[in-house]
Amino acid sequence: MTASLMAAQAAAAEQAPVDYWSMLFVFVLATVIGLGVIRRVSRLLYTPLMSLTNAISAIAVVGSIVVTGADYPATIRILGAVALFASMTNIVSGFLITDRMLKMFKKQ
Amino acid sequence: MMQAVAQFAAILATALFIFSLHWMNDPKTARHAVAAGVTGMLVAVLATWFQPEIVHHGWIVLAIAAGFVVGVPLSLVPLTAVPQRTALSHAFGGLAAGLVGTAEYFLGLGENPAELTAFRMSAIVAEVILGFLTFTGSLMAAGKLQEVKWIPQRPVTYPGQNVVNIGVLVVAVGLGVVVVLHPTAPWSGHAFYVIVGLAVLFGVLLIIPIGGADMPTVISILNSYAGLSAVAMGFVLNNKLLVTAGALDGSSGLILSIIMCRAMNRSFTNVLFGAFGTVQKTAAIGEQKEWKQETVEGAAQLLEQASLVVIIPGYGMAVAQAQHKVRELYDQLTKRGITVKFAIHPVAGRMPGHMNVLLAEANIPYTALVEMDEINPEMPQCDVALVIGANDVVNPAARYKKDTPIYGMPIIDADKARAVLAIKRSKNPGFAGIDNELYVLDNTWMLFGDAKAVIGEVVKQLAGGGGLH
Repeated sequence: MTASLMAAQAAAAEQAPVDYWSMLFVFVLATVIGLGVIRRVSRLLYTPLMSLTNAISAIAVVGSIVVTGADYPATIRILGAVALFASMTNIVSGFLITDRMLKMFKKQ
Repeated sequence: MMQAVAQFAAILATALFIFSLHWMNDPKTARHAVAAGVTGMLVAVLATWFQPEIVHHGWIVLAIAAGFVVGVPLSLVPLTAVPQRTALSHAFGGLAAGLVGTAEYFLGLGENPAELTAFRMSAIVAEVILGFLTFTGSLMAAGKLQEVKWIPQRPVTYPGQNVVNIGVLVVAVGLGVVVVLHPTAPWSGHAFYVIVGLAVLFGVLLIIPIGGADMPTVISILNSYAGLSAVAMGFVLNNKLLVTAGALDGSSGLILSIIMCRAMNRSFTNVLFGAFGTVQKTAAIGEQKEWKQETVEGAAQLLEQASLVVIIPGYGMAVAQAQHKVRELYDQLTKRGITVKFAIHPVAGRMPGHMNVLLAEANIPYTALVEMDEINPEMPQCDVALVIGANDVVNPAARYKKDTPIYGMPIIDADKARAVLAIKRSKNPGFAGIDNELYVLDNTWMLFGDAKAVIGEVVKQLAGGGGLH
C-alpha cells in the first residue's frame, strides 16, 4: 500500500463514519424537489429537458475522477477511466445539444 | 480545508442544478438552464480534481479529452436523430455507473474488505445491476431507433418471454443478496461477474419486445434508471452531490414516463411486458370503407379557403424530414391571414417533446404549438385538420373500440374538424397494425406520398397559383 493511499484512507477515517440515514434523507428530499421542479417544466421542452438531466446526472464524473486519479491498482483505474470517458461524453454532448435545441425555440 | 471546499462545492452545484431545472419551465428562461448546469458541473469537477488523493492527472486529462472528441460530434446530430442520441447517452450513463460500482467492489475486495459493509454492498449491487441493464437496454433502444440492420425493428416475442425476463432479473437480484451477505468469500468475485452478465442480458431482453410507438415511454424509463444508478453510486461513494443530481434525473425520467404512459392509456408494466406489436390484428371491419384521394391542387384550394388550420404532425413528418416544408406551408397560410396551429400529442414521435423540437428547428414560433388537451375543444371550429405522418394518435377507434390495442388512448380530435386532409406515405396500416377509421370518414381526403414532397407540391400551388382562383 503506497503512502498516498494510506494518507487518503487516514483522511477518510478522520471523517465521521458514513451516515446512511442522512444519505437517505438527502435522496428523499432531492426526489421531492425534483418532482416539484420537473412538474413545472414546459411541455414544449421535454426533449431538451431529457438531454439536460442527462448531462446533469453525468455528475457521476466526480466518482469516476476519484477512481481514475487516486493511487489505486491499474486495472481499477482503467475501469475508472472508461467511466470518466463515458460521463464526460454525456456532459459535453448533453449540454451542447440542449443549448442547440433551446436556441431554436423562438416566440416569433 | 480541502474537505470543506469539496462540501461547499457540492452544495453550490446542487443549488445550480435545481435552478437549472427550474428555468426549464419557460422557453424564455430555458437557456439560463444550460449556463447554470454547466457552471454547477464545472464547480463539481474542479473541486473533486483538486482533492489531495488525486495523483494521476494524465489519465484524467486523457479520458476527459476523449469525452470531448466523442461528445462534440454527438451534439451535432440532425434533430431527427435526437431520440437515438438520447438513448445512447443513457447507455453511457449506465456504463459509467456499472464500471464505477465494479471498480469499488474489487477495490474493497483487494485492499480493504472492511469497507464492504452490508449497506455499501447493497448499494454497489444496485448500482451495478441498474447501471449495466441501463447500458445494454439503452444501446438496444438506440440501435432500434437508428434502424441498425441486425437489431430487429419490430417487436420480437416468444412464448414465456416474460417468465424468462423476470427470471433473469430475479436470479441476478438473488445472487446480489448472496454477495451482499458474503462479500469476501472466495467465490464472491465470480458471483459478482455473473451478476454483471445477467444485468447485461436483462437489458437486452427487456428491449427486444419493444416497438417504435413505445419508444417515448421506454426512453423515459431508461432515463429514470440512469438517474437511479447515479444515486446508487452516490451511496457507494458517500457522495451527496451524486445522490441529489441522480435523484433529479431519476424524478425527471419518472414524471416523463408517467406522462407518456397516461398519453397511451397504458401502465408501466404493460409497456415493458405487454409487447404492443403482438396484439392480434382486429378482424377486418365488416363494411370496409374506401378512402377518397385528393389532389394537391384540391388540397391547396381547401387550405386557402380555411380560416383555422390545425396541423397534426407525427413520426412520419420526422422520417420524411418534412418540417422545413411545413414551415413554408405555415408561411403561405399565415400570409393569407389564416390562423395555423400545431396540435402536439404527447407521444407523437419517438421521444417526449420530439415534434416540438423539429418544428422549432424549422423556425415555427413555439406559440403556435398547442398541447392536445388545449387544442381538442377548438377542433369543431377548425376548418381543415392536416394530418402529417400521424396515425394512431388521431384514430377515433381509440374512443370506443374495445378490441383495438389503442382503446382508451387519448387522441387529437381530428375527426371533429370540418375537413380532414391526411398525408400518408403508403396505404399500409399504422404501427399498431390497425386500420385508421379517420381515413375513411366522409369529411376526410387522403394525400398519398412522401410528406416532404406532398407538402412541397401544396406550397408550390399556394405560391404560384394566385391567379388560378
